[in-house]
Amino acid sequence: MRHKAAPRTGVDWFLLVLKVAMFSVIGFGLFAFVLQQIDPNNWLAQQINDDATGLTADQFEGLIISGVSQGAMYGLIALGYSMVYGVLGFINFAHGEVFMVGAMTGMITSNKLLEAGAWESNFIASLLFIVMVAVVVSTLTAVVMERVAYRPLRGSPRLIPLITSIGISFFIQNVSVVLLGPGAKAYPDLPDWWTETQTIGFLEVQRTRLLVVVVAAVAMGALWYLVERTKTGKAMRAVAEDKEIASLMGINVNRIIVTTFAVGGAMAGVAGILWGIMFRSVVHTTGFLPGIKAFSAAVVGGIGNLGGAMAGGLTLGTAESVAPLLILEPLGVRGVSQLRDAVAFSALILVLLVKPTGLFGERLSADDRA
Amino acid sequence: MTDQTTATPLLEFRGVNTHYGAVHILKDVDLAIYPGELVCLLGGNASGKSTTLKTLLGMVTPTTGEVVLDGEVVNDKPTSYRVERGVTMVPENRRLFKRLSVKENLQLGAYLRTDKDGIERDLERIYEMFPRVKERLNQKSGTLSGGEQQMVAVGRALMAKPRVLLMDEPSMGLAPALVQTNFELIQQIHEEGVAIFMVEQNANMALSIADRGWVLQTGRVVLDDSADALLANPDLRASYLGDGKR
Repeated sequence: MRHKAAPRTGVDWFLLVLKVAMFSVIGFGLFAFVLQQIDPNNWLAQQINDDATGLTADQFEGLIISGVSQGAMYGLIALGYSMVYGVLGFINFAHGEVFMVGAMTGMITSNKLLEAGAWESNFIASLLFIVMVAVVVSTLTAVVMERVAYRPLRGSPRLIPLITSIGISFFIQNVSVVLLGPGAKAYPDLPDWWTETQTIGFLEVQRTRLLVVVVAAVAMGALWYLVERTKTGKAMRAVAEDKEIASLMGINVNRIIVTTFAVGGAMAGVAGILWGIMFRSVVHTTGFLPGIKAFSAAVVGGIGNLGGAMAGGLTLGTAESVAPLLILEPLGVRGVSQLRDAVAFSALILVLLVKPTGLFGERLSADDRA
Repeated sequence: MTDQTTATPLLEFRGVNTHYGAVHILKDVDLAIYPGELVCLLGGNASGKSTTLKTLLGMVTPTTGEVVLDGEVVNDKPTSYRVERGVTMVPENRRLFKRLSVKENLQLGAYLRTDKDGIERDLERIYEMFPRVKERLNQKSGTLSGGEQQMVAVGRALMAKPRVLLMDEPSMGLAPALVQTNFELIQQIHEEGVAIFMVEQNANMALSIADRGWVLQTGRVVLDDSADALLANPDLRASYLGDGKR
């Protein structure tokens, strides 16, 4: 490693400037924000943002809660990217589509339940049911994808499955258009009780958001148990590290790879339902942006690291929810709520600038990844 | 030493040829490993030693010839089939799962076994054999020293309850002081009745503990004799045991 000896190149300088610029914007924005909270009419605000009002505690709380619940969904999707990367070493860009399939399945099933009258009368059971159906369909989608598209490419350069995954992504989107049409489709309304707020200690949370966070936490917990505490999980980690030696232990590597896709698909299915419950509208492109964000989350957390995927999701979700009003608005940027996506990807760039392996990432040396 | 005229070989090559693409690697190789013996395969770089091991384990399929396990031709059987029937390898450079704990590495060795009590008993046996491993059970195996990693690698292989243990360059990458300990360990395992097939560059050391040996040269077995005879063989002395090598 000749880290120290390497001379600085133009790229290094560019990255340094970028780093300084990003931290300056954040620092200055936060400074302006603090001033604005003390006095919305301070001198600085008059110069750059004269309609500053400051945030109330309630608003701030709302931003955090919405960020966390959104982030929990990113985290759930991110797990699929991270797991597949861990085991096969490529990014499955069609994973966002698996999430969309989950959301679509939930839409169809919940509307059927509404027609049958079960949605209103027995919401919890209905919810469990649609989660189950979505998990099954998403899991199947992911498993079929592996079998049909990726397994024949095993052993080819990593760029090839990557490009293939983009192709599959388009394919699934178009299948959705053919089957369900191009328009946005709605989830049925939730029973009123769920859209009201619930007070927990000093927090007031909309029950739907609470539901999202709780379900995501349960799914995460189940996954953690599977990976860290079961024999299959041990085999998954072994395969991720060294396929040849794993097969020497008698592990059926193909079966473990299928399991990995299945588990990732199941998590995406759960996320799809949560998305539907929260935003109540799905369209064939629904998977795209959350997919890319979740991929970013996986990278932010350190790709291949499951705890990192979840942490990355929460970080990204919170950042895109909070940063526009905390950093950009006080700087006098207009229409900040439109800038969520820009903020999310800037957060990705920032993390990579400071820690290229992601928050919890380990260095992938040639030794680790032959 | 087992009486070879009556016993059936545990693991056998009958006229094995392998190709890597168009390259002919193993050429008409015949080998037989009998239950409970300690044999070694010697050879320089690119002589086909690794391919021999991979073929024994089913990671490489012979183009012609037969791999025979307990009298059954296993050419098209997967690695897991052979592991289940008692063929295990300690790979070159140990190749532990570095991010998994020591205990998890050992448990993975017993992946195909279902007898929980037996697995626990064997874990205890390994702890007795390597008290230092026991102290580091919950540590990630990548943090262990080379010697400790070797113990875990051997322990992991023993967890599969092998009848024949294939060892790929067991002294490679070990400090000189550890090489001797390592060979003593191999003898100890052998004394417990496990057959050992050792691939080594350190021919002197290997032959000093082995019963028999083969010498492989560019994919062909050129010498097949008792260890004593090989040690005395002038050709071998010239090519492997001379002062030029280590």
